Amino acid sequence: MRDFDLNSMFLFIVAGIIVVFVMAQSIFFLYKAWNRARELGMTGSILKRVARASAAFTVAPAIAIILGVITLSKFLGLPLPWLRLSILGALTYELPAATSAAAALGVSISEGVTDPQVYSTIAWVMTLGIMSGLIIITLFLKKIQEGIQSLKKRDTKWGDIFLNALFLGMISAFLGMIFADVTTGLEGWIPVFVMLISSLLMLVCGFFVQVLKVKWMEDYALPISMLGAMALSIPITKLLG
Amino acid sequence: MKSSYSEKIHVWGRIWCSLALVMFTLYPVAASIYYKAWPNGISLLKGLIGVAPIFWTVGAIEAFTFAPMLGSGGSYLGFVTGNLTNLKVPCALNAMEIAGVKPGTEEGELISTIAIAVSSIVTTLIIFLGVILLSQLQPILESELLAPAFDNILPALFGALAVVFISKNWKIAMAPLIFMLVLFISVPSLAGSVSVLVPVGAIIAIGAARILYNKGYL
Repeated sequence: MRDFDLNSMFLFIVAGIIVVFVMAQSIFFLYKAWNRARELGMTGSILKRVARASAAFTVAPAIAIILGVITLSKFLGLPLPWLRLSILGALTYELPAATSAAAALGVSISEGVTDPQVYSTIAWVMTLGIMSGLIIITLFLKKIQEGIQSLKKRDTKWGDIFLNALFLGMISAFLGMIFADVTTGLEGWIPVFVMLISSLLMLVCGFFVQVLKVKWMEDYALPISMLGAMALSIPITKLLG
Repeated sequence: MKSSYSEKIHVWGRIWCSLALVMFTLYPVAASIYYKAWPNGISLLKGLIGVAPIFWTVGAIEAFTFAPMLGSGGSYLGFVTGNLTNLKVPCALNAMEIAGVKPGTEEGELISTIAIAVSSIVTTLIIFLGVILLSQLQPILESELLAPAFDNILPALFGALAVVFISKNWKIAMAPLIFMLVLFISVPSLAGSVSVLVPVGAIIAIGAARILYNKGYL
């Protein structure tokens, strides 16, 4: 039997191949959507703005994902967390999945895995435990989209309201979650203050864009508000924590 | 012309996603073969029982909630690249807002696909750099100074998003917002199950919107 190494070159290569595959898919869809948008008469400048804004917005959450890789790597080495967090998953799923598999095998997650069978079991659980979304999308997305289109055809205005209501439902759930700890005392209010600061920064950006006509800021309002609120969370936590 | 893209996107999407399912399974298969260490059936089942019932449900819910917002191309890509609630969905909503297009239209679908593709490429590159520079980055990212910033990434994200979307649709937002506030304040432990509550919020919002719409308030 080969010596087992959590960070072996072999595991890095396998993970790398899969990451390259996902990258290729992103490039393929980007290319197709970009061309189609141009065919429909959307200007290159608006598409470039969308691309720049999306890239700028992505930076902070992506760095937070690296933290997730670090957390998992103490237990699983680098290749598996690198792969899992570059594709499909999110730390909110991967950590419980790894913990559950470790518990089933009776191993601790506080130190690196040394037994290859434990490792392969965890890799299997992390892979199989989260496939439902992708399977449903692969098989039924066409049906879901046809449903939405027929809803819009029957009543366009209601179709738009329906889609708005969907994401307001999502935003409400996350806003509610921010208030989960307020009964624990002042410290529990920290996320609420951070949220309010982020909202306030967004309003300030809105003022710059709409009143002072600082047009470039429109594309970066979300990352500016987000990073500003994250930065200010540091003194707020010092003050209240 | 229109039908050709919207038909083809499903063919491309199904091929890429089927391949992705195979590719994702490749990792555990390769690790098991290379180290001659296949999992024991009972342990695998036990591990899966701990996560699959919850996460298969969450995955299904996400598919039905996010797919209409993201459009076809965005969904085929978003569900492969992951990190939907904390990254891809807000990114797509923000992009559609900037471009002034609506979800559910072909323009909306294209902008959402471009946003998700760019976001996925940038995320992959940043994580790749993070893995290469891990030893240098680890002390910075894990420093006590920065800890509150990363702990508060979701409030920082949703605070800004809320201003944009709630100010435009405050009538629809009131009911789900009040419901979620009361729910989370009364049962704080639900914070860990927020994904399961997304469709609950969506159903309340849709119900409230339908009533307001029928009464002519929207």
